[in-house]
Amino acid sequence: MRYFFAFLKKYNVFFLFVILETIAFILMANSQNYHGSIIIKSTSQFSGSLNLAYTNMADYFGLKKINESLMHENANLKNSPIYIAISDSVNTKEPYNYIGARVVLNSTHKPSNYLMLNKGIKDDIKIDMGVVSENGIVGTVIEVSENYCLVMSVLNENSKISAKIKKNNQLVNIVWNKIDYMRGVLTDIPTHLQLLYGDSIITSGYSLVYPEGILIGTIESYNNVPGKSLNTAIIKFASDFNSLIFVYIISSLQKEEQLKLIEGIENE
Amino acid sequence: MNNLITKNIIRFIFLVLFQVFILNNIQLFGHLNPYLYILFILLLPLETPRWLLLVLAFILGFSIDYLSNTIGLNIAASVFIAFLRPVIIRLISQKTELGSGVYIGIRDMGLKWFFLYTAILVLSHHLILFYLEIFRFTDFFVTLNRATLSFLFTMILIFISQYLFHSSKK
Repeated sequence: MRYFFAFLKKYNVFFLFVILETIAFILMANSQNYHGSIIIKSTSQFSGSLNLAYTNMADYFGLKKINESLMHENANLKNSPIYIAISDSVNTKEPYNYIGARVVLNSTHKPSNYLMLNKGIKDDIKIDMGVVSENGIVGTVIEVSENYCLVMSVLNENSKISAKIKKNNQLVNIVWNKIDYMRGVLTDIPTHLQLLYGDSIITSGYSLVYPEGILIGTIESYNNVPGKSLNTAIIKFASDFNSLIFVYIISSLQKEEQLKLIEGIENE
Repeated sequence: MNNLITKNIIRFIFLVLFQVFILNNIQLFGHLNPYLYILFILLLPLETPRWLLLVLAFILGFSIDYLSNTIGLNIAASVFIAFLRPVIIRLISQKTELGSGVYIGIRDMGLKWFFLYTAILVLSHHLILFYLEIFRFTDFFVTLNRATLSFLFTMILIFISQYLFHSSKK
């Protein structure tokens, strides 16, 4: 026993090192599982408010840019069929509700990128709601605290989005190539399809997260590899993830009804 | 002595805020990110006991992780270089250089010593950080490229800060 303590005393620094590194690795392993990231949830209250204070300050210098993006969006809204439909008949029941939110924290250069928005439980934000910008889709809500929510960006190795090619309604999937925040990879394209530069890729609406027809990006390059059953293509995202300021959280009013139907099938 | 503690606390707060709010928002060429915050560990006094180095590195890593939502990553990397630091100092310096009252910096230790010291520690920190972040070896060379370029960026910032804050004193 004496030798044991002598041993501990001699190498105590090394043991401390091992203990601290172990703590770090345990923390890391827990946060890899993004749905169970309790730590992020409990810390985002404080770090969120600190980050908000910073963004408020930074906002001041970006007012011109914000103005421009709002003006741009206003113009788009006035031209869109939805706007015309609403003004025509007030009774039109839109199955989707858009909630405006401010980006508090954003990253684009990591293998797994997340955004933090200033809307939370008190604004009726729930897990699995979709998030879009005025240009295209942004991500999915994965964690909600009282005043903030955490969004898994499309720029995330765990992200996979169900999409379709606008011109022929073929279903495809979109993942990220982990390097370039402006480009993603279109997978599962049937080989008989020919894609052209500039073809639009839109959301399919089948995932119950995004409404149908929101722009994701346009085709940039397409290579047809002979002998493979499914091809891939590179797309350029419509959203500029590096300069997101205001985004919209989409809550689907009929989602519960739809989910209930699916559940009914699975239970049988 | 008290002066020394206050100075290090101020340096800690400044470097953490600078890292989280300014440097983390800089992404040169898409994905280069300098990590200047480890300068705090590099510049701790020579007499700091090894256990204190480790504990301080843990607190530093935790603060950075906490504010940038990367739980555990920066803790692992900074605790590792805090462990490495005394070893490197012993390896690269002659006995006569390490008298009492000597501070780590270009002024006291000379350019060559300081360059070697920071280069080894910053490079190990960046390699660990970038490989842990991606957590696999498939994109080995892409990650190596990122780590090396960010390393150069951090080194430039460290040397600029040395000449800005430490050259004017007697």
